[in-house]
Amino acid sequence: MTTRNTKVMNRFDVTSRLIAKLKHEEAVIGGIGNTNFDLWAAGHRPQNFYMLGSMGLAFPIALGVALAQPDRRVFALEGDGSLLMQLGALSTIATLKPKNLIMVVMDNGIYQITGAQPTPAASVADIVAIAIGSGLANSAWAADEEDFERLVEAAMSAAEPHLIAVRIDDKPGVGTTRRDPVQIRERFMHGLGVREPL
Amino acid sequence: MAIAEQQTSPQAAQGSSDGSWHGIVLQTLKRNEISLVPYVPDRVLTPLIKNLHADPFFTTFATAREEEAVGIVSGAWMGGRRGAVLMQTSGFATLANVLASLAVPYQIPLIMFVSERGTLGEFNYGQSLVCRTMRPVLDSLALEHHTITRLDELEFIADRSIKQAVTTQAPVALILNPLLTGGKTFDK
Ligand SMILES: Cc1ncc(C[n+]2csc(CCOP(=O)(O)OP(=O)(O)O)c2C)c(N)n1
Ligand SMILES: [Mg+2]
Repeated sequence: MTTRNTKVMNRFDVTSRLIAKLKHEEAVIGGIGNTNFDLWAAGHRPQNFYMLGSMGLAFPIALGVALAQPDRRVFALEGDGSLLMQLGALSTIATLKPKNLIMVVMDNGIYQITGAQPTPAASVADIVAIAIGSGLANSAWAADEEDFERLVEAAMSAAEPHLIAVRIDDKPGVGTTRRDPVQIRERFMHGLGVREPL
Repeated sequence: MAIAEQQTSPQAAQGSSDGSWHGIVLQTLKRNEISLVPYVPDRVLTPLIKNLHADPFFTTFATAREEEAVGIVSGAWMGGRRGAVLMQTSGFATLANVLASLAVPYQIPLIMFVSERGTLGEFNYGQSLVCRTMRPVLDSLALEHHTITRLDELEFIADRSIKQAVTTQAPVALILNPLLTGGKTFDK
């Protein structure tokens, strides 16, 4: 597969690089498990939302935020196994074409958190090809960390949704999100300016 | 079967401000500033979906799966925009996980309209079995739900339930019974 000459990166490192680029209170949705653990570990921001279940829904939740706040950039971090569970979401997003949505897929080729069982993304399924086939023309593999940062910058000034896929190693997330769903939601709504802090 | 799939009641084919069930639903959504309405289609919901598409107030679109629609309106709620999901009974049957892991624990006022298949003249055994799972799932999570059978009660139930969902930050399911919509019948 032509995509396999991409460098194997690390989720926490890549997530930290992304967060360091955010200067305009961009929203970030962390998917189930490791994607939100590393988002938490990269340093909590009021505009972060952490999923505690609902596997595969990081992109749909981010789409909802993007439709509610079209002037804010919205990022979503999703694992390969999670995305494979909800591939239909890609074609929904391609149909709606939100100009402010940026999807990041952390592809380790495994269901890391449940015991590292291989996903089809390890061998036969190409996440970027699937995204392009779903109608998301602006989908690309990040070749290395610098390329990832370049792709993020390009996506942040674009007028169409972008998907960036990153090959990552088999390491678990380095943090543990505090699992208080009401607090997570309430702080996120404060961070988005929807609610005033108490 | 293909013909039966096409059958809808005569009252389901009217406009939006004529006192039809779907006209009342549309106006009630609007009055409550619910502008984002993703759905997975259902034959009985067709006139409502058509009129939502025709009204620029609404952003309405099909999703590939019902839980995707729940994720979308949940994100939108947190971003300050209200939404509602339209589905049929079998679509609701796919939602237990997202209800229990997202809408309920995060206290999101998820508003669901469920076109009830599987009862009062159902011709598809599978649909009738799926229907029997719906209320036990709702009850197991202590979720508010109402089965709407009468046109004269529709506006009251829908309007009050939407307001209660928002103020109590809790999901609600409004089940549109065949007595209200005419349902889908096997007339052959
Ligand atoms: C509907 C559902 N099925 C299964 C699970 C169990 N589960 C939790 S995380 C996960 C794997 C996620 O894989 P991926 O998105 O690739 O993330 P990774 O663990 O590799 O970082 C699974 C199977 C679940 N939580 N929900
Ligand atoms: Mg994985």
